[in-house]
Amino acid sequence: MDTPQDKQYRKVVYLTFPPEASGKPLVCDLSRVHGLAFSILQARITPRHEGQMTIEITGPRDAYERGIAYLKDHDIGVVPVAQRISRDDDSCIHCGMCTALCPTKALSLNIETRLVEFDDETCSACGMCTKVCPVKAMEMLLENGVM
Amino acid sequence: MTHEVKKTVAEINRRIEKGKAVVLTAAEMVETVRRLGKVRAAKEVDVVTTGTFSPMCSSGMLFNFGQEPPTLKAQKVRLNNVPAHAGLAAVDAYIGATELPKDDPLNKVHPGRFKYGGAHVIEDLLRGKAVRLFCESYGTDCYPRRTLEKDITLADMKYAALFNPRNCYQNYNVAVNLTSRIIYTYMGPLKPNARNANYATAGELSPLFNDPYLKTIGLGTRIFMGGGIGYVMGAGTQHDPKPKRNERGIPISASGTLMLKGDLKGMNARYVRAVSILGYGVSLAMGIGIPIPILNEDMAFFTGVSDADIQMPVKDYGHDYPNGVGRSLGLVTYAECRSGEILVNGKKTPAVPLTSLTMSLEVAQKLKEQIEQGKFLLTEPVEAIPSE
Repeated sequence: MDTPQDKQYRKVVYLTFPPEASGKPLVCDLSRVHGLAFSILQARITPRHEGQMTIEITGPRDAYERGIAYLKDHDIGVVPVAQRISRDDDSCIHCGMCTALCPTKALSLNIETRLVEFDDETCSACGMCTKVCPVKAMEMLLENGVM
Repeated sequence: MTHEVKKTVAEINRRIEKGKAVVLTAAEMVETVRRLGKVRAAKEVDVVTTGTFSPMCSSGMLFNFGQEPPTLKAQKVRLNNVPAHAGLAAVDAYIGATELPKDDPLNKVHPGRFKYGGAHVIEDLLRGKAVRLFCESYGTDCYPRRTLEKDITLADMKYAALFNPRNCYQNYNVAVNLTSRIIYTYMGPLKPNARNANYATAGELSPLFNDPYLKTIGLGTRIFMGGGIGYVMGAGTQHDPKPKRNERGIPISASGTLMLKGDLKGMNARYVRAVSILGYGVSLAMGIGIPIPILNEDMAFFTGVSDADIQMPVKDYGHDYPNGVGRSLGLVTYAECRSGEILVNGKKTPAVPLTSLTMSLEVAQKLKEQIEQGKFLLTEPVEAIPSE
């Protein structure tokens, strides 16, 4: 796996574990079996209950695809994290207040157009923008009513 | 002082009515004055339209909800559980934009979310939604009713005006936090050790930067207010008539303010937005556009102001502001803020806006269109607002 750094693929995904899968060490197989690096951004895993985890995966594109297929084969739900945070474009007034607290700079102000841009590829779904946005234009998709 | 170019508001209005007036936005005027010089620009341009779209807490709605027999003299009034001031005539009341519902958790769990308040009631009404009116009274011979509770819409109201005791701040602080913990202010969340600097105003588009001595804006000036028509009622609360100014006449601190009033029924919710400021409270952001008649070359010069000419004071909101310390950490230009980064105590700091520049420009452009189409005529102030 001597992929040069520039060919590295990086993606933040949100995983849901059914109760029967939550006891198995499946995520570490991303590294052991598929040669991917991952870092856990957020996790809520309870044995014998449904679990959720937000992880950032880095590695070659093909290994990423295999790793995701592997997780899906084991009944783990995989959702790109950006789909968990959404912006109501009719409501956003492009003030820019959210950009101060966005930890990954997924929300940024375009200096030229003066519009607030949302890059869903870099969003880690921390939910900070949903608290800060003064017009509540940022929404987080809730899983069973919890974040 | 004599001017080379002399125009009157009446002359400009005649040109507007004929569809011949030359109207530019304040952003377009910057380049025009630079290219033509102030005298030629004053000859060619009749009106410059400004625009701003910022939260301003000193806002509210004055309303009359009409009688429903048996009559009532409301002593306590709430809309969607948000209290309104009812110490007026029988069914008159005033609801402040920052007023919060009786059961709001406030900052008990800090930072509070402040999801609903007076400003939200105003926005809901403007969107055509019904709100719950609740009134309590003690009963008199002429007004026997004790309670009234019903759904009410903006159309049901006999009268509804936005009445903002203070708006259009001329210049404002750039807020930083020099303490070691995050703070939540009306200028937004400020990270510790000045890791972000939050700034407001619309810079070269902002009304009072384009008429820094309020030579054309006064009591009675007709304006674009929240998508409808409004009027300047004179100086706003906290108006400072004698600020320190730079060599261009631009105040270098928060100074001039305007009091505004406009018929809410003619406004558009796109330009009247309730805002919830984390850990602080509720406020109202609205679009205000003021047309500036180019009566002479001085007005061309003033409206030619650019972002680089505007200096704003940097203030510490961690310690200084809450303790009433007036210390400024230095001046930065609006152009520097707009670039996304300023220097605070020699350190590069991300600059974060609170004013929507996109919406400010939209307001200036809308007002320009209305004047070009002959739908909006200018007014001469009935009384000047002191500014020197």
